[in-house]
This record gives sequence, C-alpha cells and structure tokens, in this order.
Amino acid sequence: MGKLKDITKKRLFLPIFSMILVILINVVYDIASGNPPFSFFSITIRPITGGSSVLFGRLIDILNRGSEVAILAIGMTLVVSSSAGTDISVGSVMSLSGGLCCMLLAGYGVTNVSEYASPLWVGLLAGVGIACVCGLFNGFLVAYLNIQPMVATLILWSAGRAIGLLLCNSQIVYVRVPSFQIFGSYVGIIPTPIIIAAVCILIASLVLRFTALGTFIQGVGINKKAARISGFNSSKIILLTYVICGLCAGIAGLVATSRIYSADTNNIGLNMELDAILAVALGGNSLGGGKFNLAGSIIGAYTIQSVTTTLYALGVSSAQAPVFKAIVVILIVVIQAEPVKEYFKKMSAKKLAAKEARS
Amino acid sequence: MEKNIVLTMRGICMTFPGVKALDNVDFTLRKGEIRALMGENGAGKSTLIKCLTGVNKFEAGEIHVDGIEGPIVNKDTLDAQKKGISTVYQEVNLCPNLSVAENLYIGREPLTKIGTVNRRKMNEMAAQLMRDLDLDIEVTQNLENYSLALQQMIAIARAVDMKSKVLILDEPTSSLDDHEVSLLFKMMRRLREQGVGIVFVTHFLEQVYEVCDGITVLRNGTLVGEYTVEELPRVKLVAAMMGKDFDDLASIKPEGEKDMSHAPLEIEAKGLGHAGKIKPFNLDIHKGEVVGLTGLLGSGRSELARVIYGADRAQSGTLKVDGKEVNIKSPLDAMNLGMGLLPDDRKAEGIIGDLSVRENIILAMQAKLGIFKRIPMAKQIEIADQYIEMLSIKTATRETLIKQLSGGNQQKVILARWLATNPDFLVLDEPTRGIDIGTKTEIQKLVIKLADEGKSLIFISSEVEEMLRTCNRLAVLRDGEKVGELNADEMSQEGVMKAIAGGGANG
Repeated sequence: MGKLKDITKKRLFLPIFSMILVILINVVYDIASGNPPFSFFSITIRPITGGSSVLFGRLIDILNRGSEVAILAIGMTLVVSSSAGTDISVGSVMSLSGGLCCMLLAGYGVTNVSEYASPLWVGLLAGVGIACVCGLFNGFLVAYLNIQPMVATLILWSAGRAIGLLLCNSQIVYVRVPSFQIFGSYVGIIPTPIIIAAVCILIASLVLRFTALGTFIQGVGINKKAARISGFNSSKIILLTYVICGLCAGIAGLVATSRIYSADTNNIGLNMELDAILAVALGGNSLGGGKFNLAGSIIGAYTIQSVTTTLYALGVSSAQAPVFKAIVVILIVVIQAEPVKEYFKKMSAKKLAAKEARS
Repeated sequence: MEKNIVLTMRGICMTFPGVKALDNVDFTLRKGEIRALMGENGAGKSTLIKCLTGVNKFEAGEIHVDGIEGPIVNKDTLDAQKKGISTVYQEVNLCPNLSVAENLYIGREPLTKIGTVNRRKMNEMAAQLMRDLDLDIEVTQNLENYSLALQQMIAIARAVDMKSKVLILDEPTSSLDDHEVSLLFKMMRRLREQGVGIVFVTHFLEQVYEVCDGITVLRNGTLVGEYTVEELPRVKLVAAMMGKDFDDLASIKPEGEKDMSHAPLEIEAKGLGHAGKIKPFNLDIHKGEVVGLTGLLGSGRSELARVIYGADRAQSGTLKVDGKEVNIKSPLDAMNLGMGLLPDDRKAEGIIGDLSVRENIILAMQAKLGIFKRIPMAKQIEIADQYIEMLSIKTATRETLIKQLSGGNQQKVILARWLATNPDFLVLDEPTRGIDIGTKTEIQKLVIKLADEGKSLIFISSEVEEMLRTCNRLAVLRDGEKVGELNADEMSQEGVMKAIAGGGANG
C-alpha cells in the first residue's frame, strides 16, 4: 500500500498511467476481435517494396509516426516553462522549413526532380536555419518587446506556411532522390524518424543534465524578478528557448517533408502545434510555466500518437478520428486535473479511515 | 454633533483573518479643515478609509456625517458618495478615452427633452466648473490629453461638484512633480475656504506641514492621537509614527564601535541617481564598514541601494568599485564585481518558490558561472548542506521546495544564496522583517561578522535600534533624496529621528 502511494506521488505517474491505459484498450480490442492478446506489442520484420526488409508492428508505427510531435514537444516544453506561453507557429514553421529545403534542392519553380539542384547539406542546413530564424523572431517579440507569446507567434503561424508556399511557387515540389527520402524512410530495418527523434531527445536530455540550462529556464519561468536580481538575463534565456523551439520545428519539418519526399506546404505540420502543446500538457507540465518535465512531454507526445494509431486500428475513419481523439484527451486531462486528484485523495483517505474504524 | 464638525468616527474596529487591523480608532474632521492621516505601512490608514467609504465592513463603532441623523453605514463607495464622502485615489479612476466633460458628468448627464444627453449643456456646465476652480482645461478634450496632476484635479472637481462634504485624497502627490503638487495644494486650499473637509493621506512630511491644519496618527491599527499641526512638530510626529515616546528616548550607544574611515574604499558613488526614484547622491563605503540607510518608508532607501546594484540602472553619475570606475548595466554585472542584494520583497524578488532549497541556494553562484559551467550535483549538495547547517535553516530536506518554508527560513536561504557567492559588498534590505527575535539576532551577528572579515555592507531596516547596533555610519534619506549622514558619535535614537524628520520651521 505504502509503495503504491509512493509511485502515485511521482510526477511521471499520470502520464505513464495514461499511456498504459491507451495500450490496454488495444489489448482488450485484440482479445475481443480474436487476435492474439499481445499482438499490439508484436514486432516482425517484413519486406517492403524495393526489396529490403524492415521492422513492422503497431508499436513501431506509433514510435515512427510520433517522431515529429516528440521533437516539437522538446522545444515546446522549454518555451512553456520560460515564458508561460505557447509557440503556436511550429506547425507553420515546419512547412516553411520543408518548403525552403525542397526549393533549394529542386531549384525555384521546378516541381519534380530526380537530381539535386544544390547539395543536400545546403538544403537541410537552410531548412533548419530558417526555422531558427523564425524562433529568433518569435523570441525577440516575446522576450524583448513583451508581446504575449500567443500573439507574437500568431504572426508566423499565419505567415510561415504562406512564405513556404511562395518559395515553392505555389506548387508541390517533389524531390525524388533516395538520399533525401532516407530521413523519412528507413536506415537498415529501423525507421529513420525514430532514430532522429531518439537523437534529439538524447541531446536535449544530455544538455539538461550537464548544463545549468534547466535551472536557468525554470528560474526565469517561476519568478522572473527574483531571477533577475540573482543575476539571470531573463530576456536572453526566453529568447534561447524560442530559438531551440524553432530548431526543433525545423528538424521535424524536414522529417515530415522527407516522408512524402515533397514540399506539400499546405499540409506539412498542419495543426501539429496543437499536438505539441497537448503533449506538454499531457506530460503533467503546467502551461502556466515554471517547473517542467521533459520526459513527461515526450511520453505525452507518444500517447497522442498511440491514441491516433489505436483509433485507426479500431477501424475509425480518419475523418471521424478527431472526435474519438477528443474524448480520450478529455479523459486523460481530467484524471490529471488538480480538483480530481484532490477528490481521489479525499476518497482514499475516507476509505482508510473507514478501514481503521472497522479494525 | 458639534456644529462645525463634518465627520466623526468613533471606536472603529476591524479584523482581518488573524490580524486586528483597527482597534477602537476615532477620527474627527471639521468643516474647512485639511487633516493629514499619518502612519507607517500597516498602521491602518487605508483600512480606516475603506471602512469609511464602505469598501470594508467594520465590526464595531459609529460613523456620523454632518446633516444626516444617526450613525451611517455605507454599503459601497457609491453609497458613500451619495452621503457626501468622495475619494480620489493615487491612480485616477476615470475614463481616459472620454472627454473631460463626460468624465465630470458620467452617470448624471444633463438630458434633453427626448432623453438623450444634452452635450451642449454638459460642456457649458463643465466649462463653468473648471472656471470656478481656476483650472485652464478644455472640457471637450479627451482626459488622456492632460497630465496626471490635472486628471487628479478633474477627479477632485467631479467630487466637489457632487456636493461632497468630505474629500479623501489617498496619496495624491506620490506621482506628481513639485509644480503639480503646488497646483494641487492651491486647489485644496480653495476647497478648504468653501468649507469642505479634506482627509490627506501621504508619506511626505514636508507636504503635511505645508498644507495641513491637523494631523491624526495611527500605529499598528490603533489611534496614537489627533493633533493640530502646531502641537506636533516633525520630530514628535516621527516619534509618534514609529512608536517611540520622544522624551523617554535613551541614547543607546552601540558596543564595540569602530571607526572605519581610514580603511580603503570599496564603493564610491558620485551623483548616482534614477529619475523618479532617487535623486543624485554621493556615498562612500569603506572596506569592512556597515552603512545603514535610514528614513521613512518610501524615502528612497531601497532605491538608493538598488541603483548601486544595478537593479534600477543608474541614469546619472559615476560609480567606482575598489577604486576602478565601473558601468553596471544589470544585476549580473554587479555580481561579477562582487556585489549581492537581498531584496526587501522576499516573495516577489527573493525566493523562486517552486525550486528546492538547494537550487535556491546555488542560484546566484550558478548565474555567475553561466549556463555551461553547471555546478556538479555533489558540489551543490555540499554547498547547500553547509549553509543549511551554518545558518540553521529549518527545512525537512535540502530538496524541500522553498515555498514550504517559514518566512524566516526563506530569508536565511536567500542570505545563503548570496553568502555562497562570497561577495565583497552586500546589500541587505530589510533582512529581518517578519522574522522572529532569535533569527533577527542571528542575522545581526552575521552582519557584524561579515564586516569583521573585511566585507562592506549596506543595511536597511525600519527598526532604529537594529541599525544602531549593527551600523558604523548612517545615511539619512527623505522624500527620495539623501539628505545627510550620521557618524558613529551622532548616532542615537534621538539623533536618527531628528535627522529623519528633517529641519525647517517645525523641527
């Protein structure tokens, strides 16, 4: 009993609990539909078109498809913590980053190439670079002009995608070169997005572990005035978190673009900012800023993807999926809400009291 | 009710959770009188006014207003206004985007026959009112086009036009310049002639003696006394506010006092200032010296220290630290020069509530090192444990969130944060406020110990005894200006109070 209580007190308990809940639904469904009970976890190696064999399975699919949101969640967590606001431009910036990259690789106005117009590294660097510049712009507005984060990032939310479309001459630009496609496909048997997300998460964790960045961001997020008196440059730190958030959006944008080896600027990263924000919230982080837990956000990101994948597995059409997704999100958010937690605490205290009274 | 008395409050009592905010307070205001309501912060001035205007509900006592039978109880400020009691706050509560005339008559506009607002008549009435009060204001202009002082006078004009018998001015001068203040005083005198009773709440002593007829002093929620200006010269007023009976003041000499004036200089400030906060000042602080800043609340004592530290960037003057001229742009610059500042508002500027005691202690040290040179965890734990023991900080563990600690222990954590940076010059702004006696003594001892180690300190406290015990020298501030210094041989309760109150005809 005591041990169980210790576990429930841990910060990551609820995010993990939500994740397990979603997985459980899968298991129950599998049993009900006559599949082997743990087919959800089964990972097989199957050949795909093109001759090579790759990892297959629902778990792999979740990890693969959830990569972009997981990468975005890293930056979003830091932005939320430092500025008590959200960067709603990330989806749009993803599209801009992919658009610029493809435009450079294909050449302006060209819609379909099987050879690079400029070297691959130029395209990738430019894509990530423009995203960092977007982060710099957002960060400047928030940190130095004191504009509310949502209003400041609304500018690029609306303009970023449109600039991407302009760069691509309002067309979908296809880059049919294997060395570009690889970022959205497979390295050996493992989907590349999983590797990219894992590397991003690892780097972020190492940076937070071996530098004082976490303390700086949280200090500024919790009490800006006190942080300033204690020698923190709050504006610089807030700016930095927005640049990191832009960088993450750039990487996620290139992954999303590479998946479809084309700059479909109207659709890349569409509404993904909302998933990223949701991931932060599902991870048990307060959107009011201050303390953060990166692991929680990452778990949150994959939970969202689990819900989506589960719905598809259950046969819900992609048009109806958002309704069911909303219901699941409501449930997850409600069990994490403070008043609900308080209620359960009171209930268990009552039970305990009743038990003691009996004995 | 006496014939020329317009307002009496008798035996007003009021309790906030856990605090007796007002205890049996009386207040009397005559017709055509300007009466200052004085007291340090927390004395109960605002609470008393809020009881009068119906914002707070008082528990016992009676309020009588001239012309109304029996005791009155106001439901809210509107109700109070109907009974002839108007309040003008420091922050003008009018609508800046409406015209002056609209602001004057909002809610009581003159109407035409068909029920629309008769603008022409309204503007005529407003212009007449402005002429009566000798104000040069175009009433069709938007209110925001006028200075804060004029806006305040328009607010007053509105109150006057509503046939107010009692006018309450709550710190009206705190954001006005000298010329604007004189305009306001002219208007107040004019209203006095018309028989309005005015309650004037202010922190500025000079202004009390310039414009007031009587003074009512509160302290800790009780009435100290109601005086005429002649009865209560400055020094006695300060004594009454601070709770010292002037005649009984014994000259307590601090023990083991040292003359530090031959030690090398740590801080040399020349003409340092920040407009609206502290007028340019000179201040030298020697190594191993504790300089106290004394003055009433709002006199600029915190502001002076903050300008040196760069919390408010100096707009004029030069600063030398350890003999070298420096340019401090931010607290971090100051910290890199070996400075530290323990702010007076612990909650707003001191603690980082959601971080642990350990993180709060290493915070300033980490800020100095920068993002990339993270203090290793083992070292952080060592430092935290060292200070928790040294300052006997009462906390469950070093990982307890600082917001869960008591005020005194939070203060010790912030102190530890600065001691960990090993500063050469440390500003302690009200380090002992709201702290129990035992901890107070510990902090005072610590200050003396730090000075013995050759560190320079600025010590700010509202308690004069505490300053006398710990400081080698005192700088005196009044109304945002450094007005003098007291050397060790001039430092006594009496001397300090005289200095705070200032000279002049009433001194």
